[in-house]
Amino acid sequence: MALVESPLPHADLSAFIKPNSDGDGLLELLVTGAHCAGCMAKVEGEIRRLKGVSAARLNLSTGKLAVSMTRDGDPALVLDALDRIGYPATLFDPVAAEDAQDREGRAITMALAVAAFGAGNAMMFSVPIWAGLFGQELGPATRTLMQWSSAVIGAPCAVFAGMVFFKSAWRSLRAGQANMDVPISIGVLLTLAVSFQETLLHGRDTYFDAAVTLLFLLLIGRWLDHSLRRKARGAAADLLALQAATAIVLDGQGHERRVPLREVAPGDLLLVRPGERIPVDARVDSGTADLDNALLTGETAAVPVRIGEVCRAGALNLNGMLRLVALARSEDSTLAEIARLVEAGSQSKSSYVRLADKAAAIYVPVVHSAAALTFGLGWGFGLSPREALLRAATVLIITCPCALGLAAPAVQVAAASRLFRRGILVKSGAALERMAEVSYVFLDKTGVLTEGRPRLLDADPLEIARAAPLARASAHPLAKSLARGAGPGPIAEHIKETPGQGLEGTINGRIYRMGRADYVGGAGYTSGETELWFTEVGGVPVCFKFADSVRSDAAATVQGLRRRGCEVEILSGDLEGPTALVAKSVGIAHWRSQLTPQDKALAVAATTAKGARVLMVGDGLNDVAALSKAHAAMAPGTALDASQNAADLIFSGDKLGAVLEAMDVARAARHRALENFAFAALYNLIAGPAAMLGMINPFIAALAMSGSSLVVTLNALRLLRGDRK
Amino acid sequence: MNIFILLAPFSLGLALVALGAFWWTLGHDQYEDPQGDAARILIKDDRDCPL
Repeated sequence: MALVESPLPHADLSAFIKPNSDGDGLLELLVTGAHCAGCMAKVEGEIRRLKGVSAARLNLSTGKLAVSMTRDGDPALVLDALDRIGYPATLFDPVAAEDAQDREGRAITMALAVAAFGAGNAMMFSVPIWAGLFGQELGPATRTLMQWSSAVIGAPCAVFAGMVFFKSAWRSLRAGQANMDVPISIGVLLTLAVSFQETLLHGRDTYFDAAVTLLFLLLIGRWLDHSLRRKARGAAADLLALQAATAIVLDGQGHERRVPLREVAPGDLLLVRPGERIPVDARVDSGTADLDNALLTGETAAVPVRIGEVCRAGALNLNGMLRLVALARSEDSTLAEIARLVEAGSQSKSSYVRLADKAAAIYVPVVHSAAALTFGLGWGFGLSPREALLRAATVLIITCPCALGLAAPAVQVAAASRLFRRGILVKSGAALERMAEVSYVFLDKTGVLTEGRPRLLDADPLEIARAAPLARASAHPLAKSLARGAGPGPIAEHIKETPGQGLEGTINGRIYRMGRADYVGGAGYTSGETELWFTEVGGVPVCFKFADSVRSDAAATVQGLRRRGCEVEILSGDLEGPTALVAKSVGIAHWRSQLTPQDKALAVAATTAKGARVLMVGDGLNDVAALSKAHAAMAPGTALDASQNAADLIFSGDKLGAVLEAMDVARAARHRALENFAFAALYNLIAGPAAMLGMINPFIAALAMSGSSLVVTLNALRLLRGDRK
Repeated sequence: MNIFILLAPFSLGLALVALGAFWWTLGHDQYEDPQGDAARILIKDDRDCPL
């Protein structure tokens, strides 16, 4: 390992330190393997002892280690120290790492706390008033005192907690639209105004407690929705910051400097070691290597590059040490075109109207007309204007949109947390809703139907054991795969690597070689499978063959999708032969091969135009455009950052069955949400007319509102029990 | 009725104290690392006190 995988002792990592105001800097790392108090003490103690480190604090919940460094601190020392004590760490890109401060979340939490305080304490004065409604002894003077007490507590709390809604309603009104927050705001403000009027005129019914309780219930929904989005966003941002796109730049004196990708300029001299990705479009200055373009094009066969040839950003350097001259900035590299396609796609996605908003579009006009009608007709048929206004306010408050404001987020949070436990990350509630509507599934081949990494085909275990010591010394994917198959053991000595060819080393005093056929002396490439040759120098070469194997549950998943009424098709950038083979082995009749990224996006668009709701599952850069164009998109956790960005759901683990699971939960969630809307409609059909006829008093309002919220929340929570099947 | 004058402000005051305490925890990063805070009390010499 030492030869090629040492953690770059000479590369300068100072670009990862985020400077703070007093001249020092903050370094953020993601530490793996720390789970207990002992680990925490060990990690923090060890890092604090290092030169140039003033403080270190490990967040056990997120695994993030924050290290405060003085000017002379070296991040490489921190990485080395963590590696030494057994907690390997990865650097965070300071720009991509999301700011931990969550202002919006704190505002909502605070509003929720104030609403809870207001609801609880206003209720304290409501109980005597309710008792008065049921014939208990309550004089008018005492009732007015209770109402004023309720007003003093309830009204300021309602105004403070309601700000979240008032602001959003105002923004939407100024944009010429009416979102859900408009009726909520009007309802709350009108209720408060009418309640003050009743209190002043010594009326019987005031609704201070109802207004603030309504806000409390709605804020729970708002808070759930926010924490779902934040959790998913945080996880996604962490993934991106981890894949920290960096490049090694050589300066004039030949020093290596590791810099964030966006700082690479055309003309820079770059160093790409075996196992790393080409950072930007570049021309080879020296060295040769085989490149793996699988994530760019879906092609599985490696492509050799020589001096003077151009290689594209995103390709994986399999075996040679390459020195490159950058030809473009990161933004202008091959990725840029893909990024533009992504942008176009995500616009079409943001035009998706969420279920709750669709329901709101019906709800808002109906309820407001009903309230206006109550006021107009009530006045016309002989009620006093004061009585008519009170009834109109009651209509607004009793038909509170709790089912829309609380039930939809509750359902989605329950569904997302169930999927999260199974290793599936949901990016937003809207993503779940879109996932539920899918009727046509496009699957990428490499990395989705297959595992996306070479696996050793059957070979003699004795030969594997003989070759393993040399394989363990190499970072080449094929050798790594061989070493994985052999398990842990000794490593060969006196390793000498010939870039682009193979490596030589001593095992028990004898010299062995491993690598390409001509380097080892084999009979040349004979089949389409990837090969690794191995021999004792002067001996007979042995050939190890590798293939990208199909995921174990791919065929079952395809069948499962069909059973759920979805058509399945393969979109692959790979050649016809391998694609046909995989299609046959998983039982898919329709497949297309040798597609460019644009072709894939076009295929998705064409199927969408025919009226199907398309789910795209893909991992490569060549899938990104299709992912963002599709109605719903899923990507495996091993996918490139761009693909994860474009996807709605990300699944980890090596089971493709996650697609089925996500689809089932999404459909169940949609079902629950619709049930909740149906319940809300029924509830409003009863409560609305009752309020119009003046049959509602503050006690019934309080019972009905919290009761209906409880019902929809409990119905949402049924999703969590679905794990038992 | 006089007890109302005493008890209502008293219960309100209690609730306000709780609200204020919650406000303080929100503003002082008390929810950033629940697992770590639980584990930290087990470490003997923790000089880097989170407050």
